[in-house]
Amino acid sequence: MKVLVTVKRVIDPYVKVRVKSDGSGVETANVKMAMNPFCEIAVEQAVRMKEAGVVTEIVVVSIGVQQCQETLRTAMAMGADRGILVETAAEVQPLAVAKLVKAIIDKEQPKLVIMGKQAIDDDSNQAGQMVSALLGWPQAAFTSAITVSGDTADVTREIDGGMEKLTITLPAVVTTDLRLNEPRYVTLPNIMKAKKKPLEVLKPEALGVDVAPRLKILKVEEPPKRSAGVKVADVQELVAKLKNEARVI
Amino acid sequence: MSVLVIAEHDGKQLKPGTTNTVTAAAKIGGDITILVAGHQCADAAQAAAKVTGVRKVLLADAPHYAGAGAENITALVLTIAGQYTHILAPATGFGKNFMPRIAASLDVQQVSDISAVVSDDTFVRPIYAGNAMATVQSSDRIKVVTVRATGFDDAGAGGSAPVENLAAGPDTGLAKFNGQELSKSDRPELTAARIIVSGGRGMGSGENFKLLEALADKLGAAVGASRAAVDSGFVPNDYQVGQTGKIVAPELYIAVGISGAIQHLAGMKDSKVIIAINKDPEAPIFAVADYWLVEDLFKAVPELTQALA
Ligand SMILES: Cc1cc2nc3c(=O)[nH]c(=O)nc-3n(C[C@H](O)[C@H](O)[C@H](O)COP(=O)(O)OP(=O)(O)OC[C@H]3O[C@@H](n4cnc5c(N)ncnc54)[C@H](O)[C@@H]3O)c2cc1C
Ligand SMILES: Nc1ncnc2c1ncn2[C@@H]1O[C@H](COP(=O)(O)O)[C@@H](O)[C@H]1O
Repeated sequence: MKVLVTVKRVIDPYVKVRVKSDGSGVETANVKMAMNPFCEIAVEQAVRMKEAGVVTEIVVVSIGVQQCQETLRTAMAMGADRGILVETAAEVQPLAVAKLVKAIIDKEQPKLVIMGKQAIDDDSNQAGQMVSALLGWPQAAFTSAITVSGDTADVTREIDGGMEKLTITLPAVVTTDLRLNEPRYVTLPNIMKAKKKPLEVLKPEALGVDVAPRLKILKVEEPPKRSAGVKVADVQELVAKLKNEARVI
Repeated sequence: MSVLVIAEHDGKQLKPGTTNTVTAAAKIGGDITILVAGHQCADAAQAAAKVTGVRKVLLADAPHYAGAGAENITALVLTIAGQYTHILAPATGFGKNFMPRIAASLDVQQVSDISAVVSDDTFVRPIYAGNAMATVQSSDRIKVVTVRATGFDDAGAGGSAPVENLAAGPDTGLAKFNGQELSKSDRPELTAARIIVSGGRGMGSGENFKLLEALADKLGAAVGASRAAVDSGFVPNDYQVGQTGKIVAPELYIAVGISGAIQHLAGMKDSKVIIAINKDPEAPIFAVADYWLVEDLFKAVPELTQALA
């Protein structure tokens, strides 16, 4: 079966994000970029399913600037077969992402779509659920286990109180949670091999999708700062502070 | 304006985030309706009727709402969505699952995880793990919004709204619910607790979490964890606090053997008072702590438990 995986290019999760002084957004110039960690988990899942003989082809899709080609190459170095970049310099919000991904799904006809549960830049946690809504397919968001058998998949989802188990009919969309797997590191030979894999570049207009943002960002600010704390010498002092100063116990 | 709040409940009672979501609805203004959808959940509807400021409760009780599957909840909400200007749900695992499905079905760009209401179309939401706060304005006809509970007070229980039955929507049959495995605990739920004791990789093992449990018992606290502690198998996944776990803001948060990665801070830095215990004097967690103790946790935690006796 064919699997489609989405990969977003985001600021590296371990970089300290700085808000621009004009309040228009966060600083992205000369900042280290990386594949969204949840998308890495999605690619890893698809590659493992291919290694297990369940999946025959993995198509990776990214939406964004030209440099997203690097993100697609990384996914191909991990084991994806080919990439599609929907190239645009505009801000694409989750509903528009979902419409673009749906348009590609209509052409590619995958049996399973694996997306990250959330992009760690906008922290929206929407696009996967939206894609399945637009297609009228079942969804399994925040999955920590997937087993495909024939035309159904058994999935375990992370919920607030523990785990939930579902059986969904395919085709379906699943979104990944952290504990689904641990993504592999890419090796140099695989990076070289990935350079030769096909990468198609499209424009949003070619897919007939209007990507104009529905949410207007009025301003972006620093979060309120906490005032500096104090170091206590020992447990006795800590308890005294809690009782007499903070009065929380 | 008319606001629909979708209740998170366990059949008997409302879950903590729901009443905070009602407060967000009240800030938007207009009539507030609560939808309680589930299987055998009449008691939860009665609880919803008592929430302050609620005009009406809709009860949709049918077997195919057990487990609150996204496909069926969406199909139900779509039968009434046209009557509302806003649809709200808590930004918990519950609301995050189906709200985007409702939004896309209505061709709406959802506003996720709001921490403040500026006006009926403008909201503040954290982005980049809370390292920036964005003020966003929605141009959609219906606003679909998930609400960060820690940004809003509990609405309180001073109401007596009528409960109406709502005809069940279709069973889409897209997903079969095979049950839940819920971690059992006598301690308060993380998102509702007044005090949280959280452990990280520094705890070293699941066995050592007993030290934190003893402390938590003294304080009537919930027990949380960092992702590293969960990934190492010390505690179940539903203990995780952070950008991708639970967002908490208790009166007192005690971080033990947690370094303070931005993804962890994202989930707890709005706590009223933060204590950190770490043996590393350079640990980043100290930057957000009100009181910090540089000490080996295996010495400090039993001492603290003792001192509270
Ligand atoms: C996409 C993404 C999402 C993430 N989401 C989350 C999330 O939601 N929540 C989360 O927590 N993390 C999250 N993380 C992981 C995060 O980046 C950190 O890796 C994690 O929080 C580290 O956990 P820790 O502080 O327990 O472990 P470490 O960073 O290893 O810190 C352990 C600490 O324990 C101290 N210590 C060790 N032994 C002792 C002792 N005997 N006494 C006292 N102190 C001791 C050490 O000094 C150290 O500071 C996420 C990461 C990514 C990439
Ligand atoms: N620009 C994009 N390109 C590719 N995939 C994306 C993009 N935006 C979002 N996604 C996918 O959708 C998931 C959820 O994103 P979000 O709804 O923005 O939190 C991400 O983990 C990605 O897998």
